[in-house]
Order: sequence, then C-alpha cells, then structure tokens
Amino acid sequence: MDESRLRELVPEVIGVLVRRGADFASAEDAVQEALVKALGTWPADPPRDAKGWLVTVAWRRYLDLFRSDRARQDREVALDLEPSPGPVPAVDDTLRLYFQCAHPSLTASSAVALTLRAVGGLTTRQIADAYLVPESTMAQRISRAKRRIAEVPLDQPGGLPTVLRVLYLIYNEGHSGEVDLAAEAIRVTRQLAAVTDDPEVAGLLALMLLHHARRAARTDPAGRLVPLAEQDRSRWDTALIAEGVEILQAALARNQLGEYQAQAAIAALHADARRVEETDWVQIVEWYDELVALTGSPVARLNRAVAVGEADGPQAGLAALAAVDPGLPRHTAALAYLYEKAGRLAEAADLYAAAARAASNVAERDHLTRQAARLRQVTSG
Amino acid sequence: MAKYLLLKHYRGAPAAANDVPMDRWTPEEIDAHVAYMQDFATRLGESGEYVDGQALAPEGAWVRSDGEGRPPVTDGPFAETKDLIAGWMIIDVDSWDRAVELAGELSAAPGAGGKPIHEWLEVRPFLGAAPVCH
Repeated sequence: MDESRLRELVPEVIGVLVRRGADFASAEDAVQEALVKALGTWPADPPRDAKGWLVTVAWRRYLDLFRSDRARQDREVALDLEPSPGPVPAVDDTLRLYFQCAHPSLTASSAVALTLRAVGGLTTRQIADAYLVPESTMAQRISRAKRRIAEVPLDQPGGLPTVLRVLYLIYNEGHSGEVDLAAEAIRVTRQLAAVTDDPEVAGLLALMLLHHARRAARTDPAGRLVPLAEQDRSRWDTALIAEGVEILQAALARNQLGEYQAQAAIAALHADARRVEETDWVQIVEWYDELVALTGSPVARLNRAVAVGEADGPQAGLAALAAVDPGLPRHTAALAYLYEKAGRLAEAADLYAAAARAASNVAERDHLTRQAARLRQVTSG
Repeated sequence: MAKYLLLKHYRGAPAAANDVPMDRWTPEEIDAHVAYMQDFATRLGESGEYVDGQALAPEGAWVRSDGEGRPPVTDGPFAETKDLIAGWMIIDVDSWDRAVELAGELSAAPGAGGKPIHEWLEVRPFLGAAPVCH
C-alpha cells in the first residue's frame, strides 16, 4: 500500500468535509479515524476509489459524532445526509489548512503535531513515536491545539512565516522512528510549493533538499556524527542537490530574498564543492551577511563567524565571534574550533571539553569529547 | 517482572576504580566505550528487558514553590560538592539478582587505557501497581 498517497489524501478529505459544512475539529477527528481504519483494512482489501472510500467513511463518522452531539442539544439542523461529490479541492483550501494548523496562537509543539496529523496525514501513534511521548499525550496535545484555533477570530488567519517555521522544525527535529520525518517534511513542503509561488517556500524546499542530500554522509557506520568538513562527499545525493539548486535559482531570480533562500544559498555553495578545500567561503560569508541583515539572528552571526574564520583566517574568525553572545548554544564549540585552527591546541582541548558539557544531545556531546581527547593526545606528546 | 532504575552519577557516587575523565582518554577508547554501551542496550532490547535510557545535561537547577501568586524559586547552578545524576537506564527484569547482574555489566564498560571503569551505579526498584487480587 502506498502510504504516501494515503497521507496526501488526508488534507483533501478534510477539505471535502469542511466544504460540506463540517467544523474543522470534528472533520479532522473523523478523517483521522478513517485513516486508521484504512491502514488496518486496505493491505488485505484495497478499495478501487481510495479517496471516495475515505470520504464515505469519514463523513459517516462525522455524522455519528454530530448526531450524538445533536441528541444532546435537541435542535433542528438542515444537513444533507447523502451529499453529491464536491468539486476538486480549491488551492485556497489547502493553503488555509496549512495556515490553520501552523497558527501563531499555537505553541511550536502543538503546531507541529497538528500539521503532521491534518496536513501530513500521519496517525497520532506515528507522531507520538516520532516525538517519543505516549500516544494519549500526543492525542491530547492535538485536541487542545484544535480547541485553541477554534477560539481565534476569523480575521487572524495566520501566514506563511509561521508555516515555514513549523515545517522547518519538523524537518530539523524529531526522532525518525517508523516514519521518516525529514522525508515527510519535504513532501508536505512540496505540496505547499505547489499551491503558492512565494519564493520563500521554494527557498525552504531547496534548503531541505540540499540538506537531505548529505544525509547518508552525516553519520558513520558506528553511528558517530561526521562534521561537514570530514564527510565523504561521494555519498552526497547529486540528484537532490541538482533539484535543490534549480529550485533555489528560480526563487532567487524573483528578487525577493528571504532567510530560507539565503540559508539555501549557503547550503548550495557547500554542495558545489567537490572537496572541502574547494569551498567558496568568501561567497558563503557574503550570504551570511545577507542572512544576518534579514533576521538579526544570533545563531546566524555565530555561524558567520566560523565562516569568516575559514575565509579570512582564525584571528578574523575569533574577532567576529567576540561580537557574538557567549551564552549561545554551540558558542564554546565554535570557539574551540577556531582556537584549534589558530594553533592554540591545549586551550582548544579545554574548550572542547567545556563544549561537550554544554551539548544538548548525545551525538554532539560525544563528538566534542572526541575532539578534546584528540587534542589532548597531541598536546601531551 | 519488575522495573529497576540504573542511575549513573557525574558526582556523588563512591569513586570508580578507573576514574579518568572521558576527555582525557584516546578517541579510540571513547569509541570503544560508546560501542559497549550501545551494544548493551541492543542486547537488552533483544532480551526484552530494555525500557528506557536517557543522558542528562550537567546543568539545571533546584526549584521550589514560593507560595501562591509568586513565581517559583530557583537555586542553581548545582554545587560542585553535591551529588549529580548523569543519566539512567530503566530495565524490566525477572529478579533483583538479574538487575544486579546487568548493573555489573554496565559498570564494566571500558574507559581509559581500555580498562573497565568499574563505576558505581545506583540500582533502585520501581514502586509498581498493586496486584488485582489483594
């Protein structure tokens, strides 16, 4: 069974129910239940019309939910029990769904969860597995998110910047258990790019593709983190790189630069270098200048300082880093890296050890500990 | 079956036999240690005894309520002289003896010089649910 196709249908079917008059929250619940049923029965007994099946089952479930609610309220409602098939989902419907699910009034974790279920077509269990929380916890998170957005006035629909931030979060974080979250983030971003020509959406898609291209090289067979400079570039996916670059170039040609296009441009410059020594660091620094100008982000400043260290030498890098907030995550790691490049190995070892203590995940912690150990070996002679 | 918590400490445990900090090992010794730990968790997964494992950052704070209508009080960073948990593994095993056996294995993870660390691990039984018939 093509789970990808099934997931694509979920937002479409929600759209059909909503256009028939169902409220979003109940429609989404009903479609989720139809999805779980489909996953159970389709492998043995696939329907001829997948979308029709989902619409029928979801609509019946919605009516059950609505009727039991009606019975309590005891009022007349004009509801078509056997409605004719609706028109093809409007582009607007899909876009509106993204805006609703990634609404600024929601916390990041709520928006991620709701987007993955209603837009991504994942089950609650799959999302819970991806974020390592119990299924009931994730179900509650999503129900509360829907109650929250039901309270939002209609004139505050939300917008693309929040949607892009949520999609980027899905791509970047989340543990891939049975579902490959990075691949789902890409799929859902492609879907968004198909219904809007905003160049930042294209920029985000390009960024994801260019990063995804390096995935196989990012960890070694022992599961250790491999930094960019040491990656085996023959393991990079050249087709994904080519696609990412093409999408990025089309976006840049629109002359509406944004943060995701700038980040994608940096990723493209890395992808362009067949060997790390061929990296065009000078151009990368220029793109970081753009990124910092666009966002003022301290993290962008920190990454820029490291790039300056490569383009203009470690002293220049250290000078740039001195202007960055030392409390930032990875600041000590960046300092350690530049000290090593500057030949101050004993100090770099101490800094790597300190950076390891400040690491927020085990892979980085172990990597930084290894760097400290490596340098201590060199300095102890 | 009963659940046990195996607790690793940054400090507060009696000193391990092979007590060198990890950043002073060789990179190969670090790799051997990490491989041992991953191997251990994998074997426990296969034996059906693994429940959970987590590593903790060394930072954090003590927090308590300061009374109604007031924000909680925090007290940090942690004092250098006090006990500090580094992480845990939760196992679900047939007996206390099995929990002790597994803790012993974990404690023998290799460290500096490739020699076993013989770290002290704290082993604590979970309080479980009451049985149905009582």
